[in-house]
Amino acid sequence: MNDELVVAIEVNGETVRRLVPASRTLLEFLRVDLGLTGSKHGCDVGDCGACTVLVDGVARLSCITLAVEVRGPVRTIEGVPADDPIVAAFDRHLASQCGYCTPGFVMNLIGVREDGGAPDEEALRNALGSNLCRCTGYTRILDAAKDALGQG
Amino acid sequence: MTPLIKLNASSPHESARKHVSGAARYVDDLPAPQGMLHGFAVASPHAHAKIVSRDGTRARALPGVHAVLFAADVPGSNHIGPVVHDEDLLADATAQCVGHAVAVVVAESRDIAREAAALVDVVYEVLPAILTIEESIAAKAFLGSPHHMARGDVDAALASAAIVIKATARNPAQDHFYLETHAALAIPEEGGNWLIYSSTQHPTEVQGEVASVLGLPRNAVVVEVPRLGGGFGGKESQASQIACWAALGAHVTGRPVKVWLDREQDMTHTGKRHPFRTDYEAGFDADGRLTALRARVYADAGFSLDLSQAINDRALFHLDNAYYVPNVDFQNFTCKTNLLSNTAFRGFGGPQGMVVIEDAMQRAAERLGKDPNVFRVASFYGDAPRNVTPYGMRVDQPRAARLWEELSASSDYATRSAAIAAHNATSSVVKRGLGFMPVKFGISFTATLLNQAGALVLVYADGSVQMNHGGIEMGQGLHTKMLAIAGDELGVPASAVRAMDTATDKVPNTSATAASSGSDLNGWAVRNACAEIRQRMAVVAAEVLGVPAAALVFADGQVGAPGGPSMPFAKLANTCWVRRISLSSTGFYATPDLAYDREKGFGRPFFYFAWGASVVEVEVNALTGEHRVVRADLLQDVGKSLVPSIDLGQVEGAFVQGVGWLTMEECLYDKRGRFVTHGPSTYKIPTIGDVPADLRVHLLENVEQDGTIHGSKAVGEPPLMLGIGVVSALRQAIGAFASPGHEIELALPATPEAVLRAIMDVRARSAAGAPSLHG
Repeated sequence: MNDELVVAIEVNGETVRRLVPASRTLLEFLRVDLGLTGSKHGCDVGDCGACTVLVDGVARLSCITLAVEVRGPVRTIEGVPADDPIVAAFDRHLASQCGYCTPGFVMNLIGVREDGGAPDEEALRNALGSNLCRCTGYTRILDAAKDALGQG
Repeated sequence: MTPLIKLNASSPHESARKHVSGAARYVDDLPAPQGMLHGFAVASPHAHAKIVSRDGTRARALPGVHAVLFAADVPGSNHIGPVVHDEDLLADATAQCVGHAVAVVVAESRDIAREAAALVDVVYEVLPAILTIEESIAAKAFLGSPHHMARGDVDAALASAAIVIKATARNPAQDHFYLETHAALAIPEEGGNWLIYSSTQHPTEVQGEVASVLGLPRNAVVVEVPRLGGGFGGKESQASQIACWAALGAHVTGRPVKVWLDREQDMTHTGKRHPFRTDYEAGFDADGRLTALRARVYADAGFSLDLSQAINDRALFHLDNAYYVPNVDFQNFTCKTNLLSNTAFRGFGGPQGMVVIEDAMQRAAERLGKDPNVFRVASFYGDAPRNVTPYGMRVDQPRAARLWEELSASSDYATRSAAIAAHNATSSVVKRGLGFMPVKFGISFTATLLNQAGALVLVYADGSVQMNHGGIEMGQGLHTKMLAIAGDELGVPASAVRAMDTATDKVPNTSATAASSGSDLNGWAVRNACAEIRQRMAVVAAEVLGVPAAALVFADGQVGAPGGPSMPFAKLANTCWVRRISLSSTGFYATPDLAYDREKGFGRPFFYFAWGASVVEVEVNALTGEHRVVRADLLQDVGKSLVPSIDLGQVEGAFVQGVGWLTMEECLYDKRGRFVTHGPSTYKIPTIGDVPADLRVHLLENVEQDGTIHGSKAVGEPPLMLGIGVVSALRQAIGAFASPGHEIELALPATPEAVLRAIMDVRARSAAGAPSLHG
């Protein structure tokens, strides 16, 4: 049931190849096999967004994605440059408290950006509805999102 | 680039760059030490059961399993608990709740450990279980010792009161739902010593519990905490069991062991905010002033004492909230049930106490068809003699009246209130309500001995600084504030100071980072340590510069006399080293003037009070019970803010957490005592869609506090109770669906279902022309 399979995927621009149990989630593949711990376990059932990464430019919940089913390049928080406008906006708007949910929010917003367009506040609220934060009241996160992606 | 952190100025969180880049490490992110194994707890499926037999044979046979451990495998004490050791780390004779750990499996991987856990054979004999407060009261299954406070003559005051409210107030539980679940990593070191990484708010307690479980002195155990992904009280006492499982597994196998709980385990192994039931009678005079309150307060402790007594006591201390009550008779009972052991949660009983008196205010107003704020404002603490709490502590600088005045003006209360009345008169399906909530919250651990803190500051010969203190950074910005204080005291940019991970080998005997006390206590300790070093450095600088030490100013990385000679701090540090002057110091602080006699229910348990107020507007749909907060205005007294950006974030986040507690977060157990809302699909915390689009947060100005660190006040817990304003807003909106004169029966949390029931109930009574339920 839990045979080992080869996973060969591109992560943050580098092709990696590992023999892993078939049940290995993408989140565990990133965290355990590659040591990329920026993506977090929050709920492990796809409801909190802390594990969000991009697969082929689309935001995906890595905790409910099997590593073996990944098709396309993976981008994690570690692959986001420090001068990315979304990262800079989080900084400028003091949008993190404990920081545990932050990478998931950033990756989700990068996915929104990849989608194109200039989302209005309601669209951003809808997009961020998949990410839980327990420390803030979300307003600074929304401010950062509007600043980086929104319509003026 | 290091973020710019400065005292009394809005500053970024010291770890902001690490948060946003994914570089911030939490316990589960630490690199695995060589040979690390994984621990997994086997939980009792029964609320109360005798353990007839236990057998790990089948589990041990699974390849990759290194150990299956039961109570008998504990080398030291199997009894843990923060106040009294009344919990079995691993259930021995009996399992006391569903989720009580019976065994720990240690294996090569977590997957194997989990698989093996299902193969551990435990035979139970199910025993009768207590699953509700009412069953506990009937069985007189009380823990701890009741606390009693009395003043005046309640019977006489109730007899002469213009209005008497007799009711039962209940508040729900709440899961902490910190985004980072519990984790611990135990590493055996040479010589029988231990290094434990733990996601705890209380490393000293973890140190003590691990030492006790392993039968070692505390100096054999170092506990280190990188940072927490949220705590909210849930990692104050609950972290110990997880760390002890890891340490036990590592002790037996001789290898590092990590125990990490997934969300379901976290929610089904650890305690929640205490649900309370309070039976009360409140009297008001004809002007709406509170004259008397009698309350019997029952807290659902769960299966062990944990911190329940102190939480229940804090509920008593906050039954008065912001109101002077001349005649009181308060008593609490801490009820044992066979449920998860309830624990600290932001507010620590304070919210549970305040919910009671606010219920009384609402009911009095609803019965008479009046504005509840008439009752609130008339009852505020004020000048003598209306400035003494039920426990005899003087309320200096009562701020409720000022908060009401400023907030009602800035929130445009009167105009909006009139607009809402007009809207409600014409709208049949959707009604609105406007609620006001004042908060007075006592600051200090009520166990006086806990009000102490230590720090250790090290200045290196190049002028760079390491700062250690006993507090935990869990997102609340404690390290940011401590860096601001250290930078200010040493006259260096905060970027020259490094906040070290909290560790028990740097600062011993710490208190939990709890009770909102983190910056109050550690701030003074850090400042005192820096001041000591600065004093020594000043003696050297005075010699070098040829000016009196008393004339020296440490600022902007320079040391010198104003208008006179100066030298860089770094150069002075090097000179001190060359001259063999000590450049490290501890700092210590103990809060002065605290004295409380619990037997008499009298004294000064708090150093001061933190005040705040909220005005909350809601909209309620009568067809579905759905509701939303349209706008909220918050005003919080944080003294002279150490770092306003941090404080504003705390106020906003606490308010939203309070609204979550009272409107959407529903903890449910089934009839067998199983916690069934154990994930985000069934347990709803606020999302971005649940917070008001219009949220206005402000800090009260010109309120520098005497005797506190740089005139600041605590901020962690008090604003959570601003969320109670949503209840009064909801009750007003619900009442608008019926004729005036009916008390609202609204269960908490006020989910759409509960709101719909309340609307149907009040409409039915209104239609029947029946008097109010408690009328």
